[in-house]
Amino acid sequence: MGELRLMKGNEALAEAAIRAGVDGYFGYPITPQSEVIEYLTAEKPYERTGMVVLQAESEVASINMLYGAGATGKKAMTSSSSPGISLMQEGISYIAGAEIPVVLVNVVRGGPGLGDIQPSQSDYFQTTKGGGHGDYRLIALAPSSVQEMSDFVPLAFELAFKYRNPAIIVSDGAIGQMMEKVELFEQMPRMTDEEIRAKYKWATNGKLEDGTRRIITSLDLDPYKLEEHNLKLQKKYKEIEENEVRYEKIMCDDAEYIIVAYGLSARISQKAIQLLREKGIKAGLLRPITLWPFPTKQIKELVDSGIKGFLSVEMSAGQMVEDVKLAVNGKVKVEHFGRLGGVVHSPEEVVEALEQKIIGG
Amino acid sequence: MAEINIQDIIKPENLVYKKTRLMTDKTLSYCPGCGHGTAHRLIMEVIEEMGKEHDTIGVAPVGCSVLAYEFMNIDMQEAAHGRAPALATGIKRLWPDKVVFTYQGDGDLAAIGTGETIHACNRGENIVIVFINNGIYGMTGGQMAPTTLVGMKTSTTPYGRDVAQMGNPLKITELVAQLPGTYYVTRQAVHTPAAVRKAKRAIRKAFENQVNKKPGLSFVEVVSNCNSGWKMTPVDANNWMEENMFPFYNLGDIKVDGKLIEK
Ligand SMILES: Cc1ncc(C[n+]2csc(CCOP(=O)(O)OP(=O)(O)O)c2C)c(N)n1
Ligand code: SF4
Ligand SMILES: [Mg+2]
Repeated sequence: MGELRLMKGNEALAEAAIRAGVDGYFGYPITPQSEVIEYLTAEKPYERTGMVVLQAESEVASINMLYGAGATGKKAMTSSSSPGISLMQEGISYIAGAEIPVVLVNVVRGGPGLGDIQPSQSDYFQTTKGGGHGDYRLIALAPSSVQEMSDFVPLAFELAFKYRNPAIIVSDGAIGQMMEKVELFEQMPRMTDEEIRAKYKWATNGKLEDGTRRIITSLDLDPYKLEEHNLKLQKKYKEIEENEVRYEKIMCDDAEYIIVAYGLSARISQKAIQLLREKGIKAGLLRPITLWPFPTKQIKELVDSGIKGFLSVEMSAGQMVEDVKLAVNGKVKVEHFGRLGGVVHSPEEVVEALEQKIIGG
Repeated sequence: MAEINIQDIIKPENLVYKKTRLMTDKTLSYCPGCGHGTAHRLIMEVIEEMGKEHDTIGVAPVGCSVLAYEFMNIDMQEAAHGRAPALATGIKRLWPDKVVFTYQGDGDLAAIGTGETIHACNRGENIVIVFINNGIYGMTGGQMAPTTLVGMKTSTTPYGRDVAQMGNPLKITELVAQLPGTYYVTRQAVHTPAAVRKAKRAIRKAFENQVNKKPGLSFVEVVSNCNSGWKMTPVDANNWMEENMFPFYNLGDIKVDGKLIEK
């Protein structure tokens, strides 16, 4: 068993970054995730593993530092919260276009605009439908506990490098701020410069000894070539959709109704299905762990198994519900429930929503 | 007089100049007479002469030189408009022994990327910034740049740059020279053989500072022409540059070895 600690989600994520052998973290303070850079600067990871930590002058700078660092084959990471992630979108699009493996973290807060600093899930569209310009996808992992804030850091890097694609950990102000017991994984070694040069031949870290030179760009002025590049990206996205869907099913086997919820909403909904079952209503929970790729197939299977209705529970005005509806494809009822602006719904509210919108409605 | 056959003259012993192999054979996409190509070549000559071809990473953002990676035969990364110093920071921090430079236009470095420029300079990133100041947005068709001279006509200042409306041309090079994080700041030109020789010495010095880990950033401005954007012939553009740009953007060193030059 690994080392046990009581930690905030943001701190567990920061500690996991050091232990995952990350080479560089670049970030700019914003509530509710500033603990990430504060923890990192206090921990002196430079002395522990050689990891570089730098406070950038803005999120625009952080994401572009990440673009430079990631293009060299090193493991680079940033974290921010909603407004900061909005500011990064141009850079994210470049990184996706140039196929650079980096890891981003969004500890989501209430919006739009400056919004507030309370937990929210209203950046689902931004995360899974683009955010920046062009046809691209981010591999999106949604932790629902402090443990997963830690565990998803190495997983995000593994997926990012496997597919040469940016990955994002989508958390929220509650998961980031709350304290829970976490079992930390063992320190992983950082790759040496020689190992990186030998393994990632695409990376721009100085021409290879045999004279091969590398170019990292997202530009192609020839539309036919750019179309080809886009088709290659789409092929990769398809492959990710086929292989990397992650989800958790709770009490779905005998369920008649399914709540689909991720992150904090999944924690709340887990309590809600317990309350529903106490009332004799057979409810189950499907928790998407990857928001993209989305567990579309698993929802389809649930529909085919005779589920009577789905309630998508999300701290937003109804974003993920669109993907649930696409999966259900009109076969049974799908509704959304969620509080907005940083208000967190209670399990009782979820119970009531399922009863009124799905069973009663 | 006997006929001279050109083929008889092309012999190794007659060779006085050769293109560096760090410039690719691709035809430059720049307008004839444009300074970009010369500036590219000087950087590549310096890298070759310093034996750093396997250790250098160049970053060129959007601007006429967005395709610099097609011409500079080393590892290169293309950056978003204005962000090259941030990319270079990310690279250099994780590969402190590599040579990292950016190659930026005036719109890029002194307008959209002012923040990244100032902060990379202020942190004293151990990189080289080559700054091509042609007083205009060349790539997008000749709009006003932060460096456009007062009264100068561009496609967005069709009646000439009006200070009341658009402010004064920004001498960002003098500005960054004030920051303790810059170690070497100089302004050069590449429009005559004499200027080219001086500019090459300056570029060499900038890269040597980096290789020798001198404390701070080396910043080389090249005042250059944009005959297309200025709507002049190449020769007229060079004359106009001497008569109008140089009196405002004075050539020469501004800061050497971390010390401002007294004028
Ligand atoms: C975010 C963004 N805004 C605007 C542009 C369009 N754009 C491309 S290059 C450029 C100006 C380039 O001027 P400069 O940096 O002076 O370089 P030059 O072409 O003169 O060498 C602009 C406005 C862009 N590519 N990206
Ligand atoms: S538009 Fe101006 S800067 Fe661009 S290549 Fe032509 S002359 Fe050079
Ligand atoms: Mg310009």
